[in-house]
Amino acid sequence: MHLSAFNLSQFFGGTFSHGIHPAENKHFTEAKPIERLPFPAQLVLPLSMHAGKPSVPLVRKGQEVVRGEPIARADGFVSVPLHAPATGVISDIRLMPSARGPRVMSLILDVYPGDPQEVLYGAPVELDALSPKEIVQAVQDTGLVGLGGAAFPTHVKLTVPEGCSIDTVLINGCECEPFLTTDHRLMVEQAADLVKGTRILMRVLGAKRAVIGTETNKMDAVAAIQNVLLPNDTVSVKAVPTKYPQGAEKMLAKALVGREIPSGTFPSAVGLGVFNVATTTQMGQLMPMQRGVIERVVTVTGPGVKRPGNYIVPIGTPIRWLLNRCGFDGPAGHLIMGGPMMGGTVSSLDTPITKGCGGLLVLTEHQLTSEEQMKRYPCISCGACVDACPMHLNPCELGRLAYKGQYEPMAERYHLNDCFECGSCSYVCPAAIPLVQYFRIAKSSNREKVAKAS
Amino acid sequence: MSDPVHLKTSPHLRGAHSVDKIMRHVVYALMPICLFSIVQFGLSALVLILTCTAVCVGTEHFACRLNGRPTTVGDWSAAITGVLLGLILPPSFPLWMAAVASVVSIGIGKLFFGGLGFNVFNPALVGRAFAQAAFTVPITTWTPAMAHARFKEFIPSTFTFPFAAPPDLRPWMERLQIDGFTGATPLALMKFDYVDTESAKLFVGTVAGSAGETSSMLILLCGLYLAYRKMLNWKIVASVLASAAVFSWIFWVKDPSVYPTPLFTLTSGGLMIGAVFMATDMVSSPVTPLGVVIYGSIIGVVTVMIRLFGGLNEGVMYAILLANAATPLINNLTQPRIYGAVRRKKEVKA
Repeated sequence: MHLSAFNLSQFFGGTFSHGIHPAENKHFTEAKPIERLPFPAQLVLPLSMHAGKPSVPLVRKGQEVVRGEPIARADGFVSVPLHAPATGVISDIRLMPSARGPRVMSLILDVYPGDPQEVLYGAPVELDALSPKEIVQAVQDTGLVGLGGAAFPTHVKLTVPEGCSIDTVLINGCECEPFLTTDHRLMVEQAADLVKGTRILMRVLGAKRAVIGTETNKMDAVAAIQNVLLPNDTVSVKAVPTKYPQGAEKMLAKALVGREIPSGTFPSAVGLGVFNVATTTQMGQLMPMQRGVIERVVTVTGPGVKRPGNYIVPIGTPIRWLLNRCGFDGPAGHLIMGGPMMGGTVSSLDTPITKGCGGLLVLTEHQLTSEEQMKRYPCISCGACVDACPMHLNPCELGRLAYKGQYEPMAERYHLNDCFECGSCSYVCPAAIPLVQYFRIAKSSNREKVAKAS
Repeated sequence: MSDPVHLKTSPHLRGAHSVDKIMRHVVYALMPICLFSIVQFGLSALVLILTCTAVCVGTEHFACRLNGRPTTVGDWSAAITGVLLGLILPPSFPLWMAAVASVVSIGIGKLFFGGLGFNVFNPALVGRAFAQAAFTVPITTWTPAMAHARFKEFIPSTFTFPFAAPPDLRPWMERLQIDGFTGATPLALMKFDYVDTESAKLFVGTVAGSAGETSSMLILLCGLYLAYRKMLNWKIVASVLASAAVFSWIFWVKDPSVYPTPLFTLTSGGLMIGAVFMATDMVSSPVTPLGVVIYGSIIGVVTVMIRLFGGLNEGVMYAILLANAATPLINNLTQPRIYGAVRRKKEVKA
């Protein structure tokens, strides 16, 4: 039955066109239940682990904090507060390395050993009594951001631009990146919270229905969610064919409800609100008690770790500590934060797990592209990139222009700014041309020019 | 902070294909065709293919050396050009002429443009077009398939002394007692004498013709292998064949006594090897989904036009070269419609 549904959906536009099929490699962790690890001795909490303005500290050096207590407040609307992930003492507030390189102001929290680490903050709220506007404020107070990686404040997405109305909420459980299984395990184990969160989102946005979208390689998640849905529910779950980058919101919108999000706009332009599974699940858990985001599930995986798994860890857990727990002894060079297609390498092992980090991937020499595979050739116009690009751009032409340094025509004639850097073009290129890397450079060069002009 | 950190941007994974792997597999796919050619035309075909391949690879190697660059023969593309050129020359073609054509293929067809990835035309066809102009008689001299002494002796013209004219083949054919062979390919028979050749014979390939173009069936099978490995754009092949079939069907319906059947068009001459191995040359074909269909259709239609109305009985070579020249324009005019495209012109007006 599943098989036939799979085939039908493939033939009747159940997915987007183009895309790629990298080896899934989910077998390392997909069957491993989420496991809670003990607290590390020290947590590092950057004040800007979300998109928007950094939070403002509410604590000073030497102050004791209780698990769940707000320790930094939001600075304006596009910003979120920060909550203490553990009971302990703020030992310092100083610049610490971040995963991307630049050092950022961070709170250092020394965790009290032997503390029961109970969450004492938060009080039950009757969500139904709150107006949508009050709920938006309540969401901001939880410090919730997009846990799928973008770390964009969730409450901002809940504020629909004027002239738009949302009729459908899409919950993104595709997790199309190879290796990662965070969302998969959440859907299987915490389906009730996921659906609860979905209903909250629907109420805030005034949406009539919600679709939880996942891929056909996670049918156990579909079953788990269906288990907690009511008969004739306004929330439904749908598995679309497994393909990368199915989890990009534009691709998902096309696959689940057949809508194209116009270039340069947000999903709200076509009546959609798209949220990640991890975000929605935390919303279902935190909102009824008015608590803050203090922990998250991280997939630590790859052939480079001895004990891969899905671990629930406090925000701010240093990567080095987490990797040691999982039996990592290789060189740091093969460490990727996030998935292998869009994740970045980490500048230092002393950087922490932030709200947006759902995976740590340790590859070995074998997985990293071998020297022979990386041999560069000139573009042979094979068109593989054109057939892979989920946005239907022409990476071949873009790459040639980028090679010549003609960055402006790339944006004006070849839609450079519609590229969301999924990396499919670089993946398929037989000439090993770093296409998406070129495009990043081109985009930032264009941004600089615009900034200079204004 | 002292960890040896290796910074790299995503994606960290790469697909399985690389340029040299694709090219190598094209050479593999050409091997059965070479083998059939040797079975059919004997020792002469063998040395012809070997000469073309060796000279092509050698030319590329020495040109790179002359330029002080590392050699690029490792990408296997020069080998493809060599093998293909050998397959599209008549089996009796003198070797010194084949060597000159090979130098022209790689030198003018490819390296003058900047090497792999920059050539506008299919290099093997550039070589053949040169041969067609320079050596008009030898390139239209055909020998019969399956001659009985083909494994014992060479066709006399094979070892023509460089810069000398090849000998007349008629005494040789008389000695072999080949009856009824008029020295014409099925295409020439059709065009000038209105003599049809059995489709089954054309499909299997036991007819006169260039060394490797005769067996449509074998070429198609080798193409299927490459398409299955995703190393060949089947849409190009399909649109060449479909357009040629449809276009020739129109004339056949009009007057079946003069014009050949669509099946004859598809299986005769160099159309099959052209469609499968020449038109699909990645460098000189378009990249856009609509572009490849237009490109393929140009080849199919022009081939049939030359065959039916031109002075030549074969037109695949010129059709592909013409479409190669149109490729940049086709690419430009057929940019794909992007996801979420908004009409820009309307916005400007409003």
